[in-house]
Amino acid sequence: MNEMPLWEIFIRSQHGLAHKHVGSLHASDAAMAINNARDVYTRRSEGVSIWAVRSTDIVASAPGDKGPLFEPANSKAYRHPTFYDIPDEVGHM
Amino acid sequence: MTADDAATEYLLRLGDNCLILGHRLSEWVGHAPVLEEDLGLANVALDLLGQAQHWLGLAAELEGEGRDADWFAFRRDAGEFRNALLVEQPNGDFAHTMARQLYFDLWHVPLLANLENSMHAGIAGIAAKAHKEARYHLERSGDWVIRLGDGTEESHRRMQEAINELWNFTGELFESDAVEEVLAAEGVAADAGRIAASWRKRLGDILTEATLDLPQENWMRHGGRRGIHSEHLGFLLAEMQFLQRAYPDARW
Repeated sequence: MNEMPLWEIFIRSQHGLAHKHVGSLHASDAAMAINNARDVYTRRSEGVSIWAVRSTDIVASAPGDKGPLFEPANSKAYRHPTFYDIPDEVGHM
Repeated sequence: MTADDAATEYLLRLGDNCLILGHRLSEWVGHAPVLEEDLGLANVALDLLGQAQHWLGLAAELEGEGRDADWFAFRRDAGEFRNALLVEQPNGDFAHTMARQLYFDLWHVPLLANLENSMHAGIAGIAAKAHKEARYHLERSGDWVIRLGDGTEESHRRMQEAINELWNFTGELFESDAVEEVLAAEGVAADAGRIAASWRKRLGDILTEATLDLPQENWMRHGGRRGIHSEHLGFLLAEMQFLQRAYPDARW
């Protein structure tokens, strides 16, 4: 499978929504990645647009850095807009 | 031969090509080289089976004998099938499957584009839907032939062998006969000659990009549309029709 690197596939299900990661697949190049994604992930009309990204091109945060990256936010509850009374007329937000 | 008889015969040819090739492709399910291709081949197979259902259903309607698409698919013997010899050829290796598919798709796409403008509303409707599907099939088969031809030494050798070995089955696709001449004159069927020109041009472009050689002109095999098939069709039908033959009208 050396000639078939891994690709991450993102599908936009409707116009106006964001592309969402749906999984990964093998393909030899970008064109084949799009075709394979079409065949593997949109068989039931799941999408209107496909993005394919080489998995090796994705930069990820390291699981070991979880502490310094994310924990400082835990103690800053004032960043959540939960201290307001929302009038009923606004409905669901 | 009445116009309706000719149209029924023509629809059987269209339907049988899709049905037999669709069944051949479905034989890859669970055996394809990678999962992505397994699904891709299954999708093409399903498209073709869907098209076969439409063409054979319309044939049954025109015939007016109270039969349906399933009857045509499961109750006829090899001599009554009207598909081209190309589509019944065994899958062979992946290169053979793709060469067969490319030869077929290159014929299928311009045929359906032409039939979209058929004077027969039923034919035009089915062709419009099938045309979109066939364009994607051609994109896939063309891409694979180019990749394998312009790939490794082994993939190039295998792809060239497959292109050469199936070449003798391509001439039949463009033969015209009384049925097609009657229908083409009425604007119902496609003009085989015009499709041949497009087929030649696009095949040449793809083979050049794939660094493959166009096979030499040679004698061509034919007979499929008259029911004279290669030995492979009987075995295919034995598997495809088993259930209906063993348990007629079975339901679950």
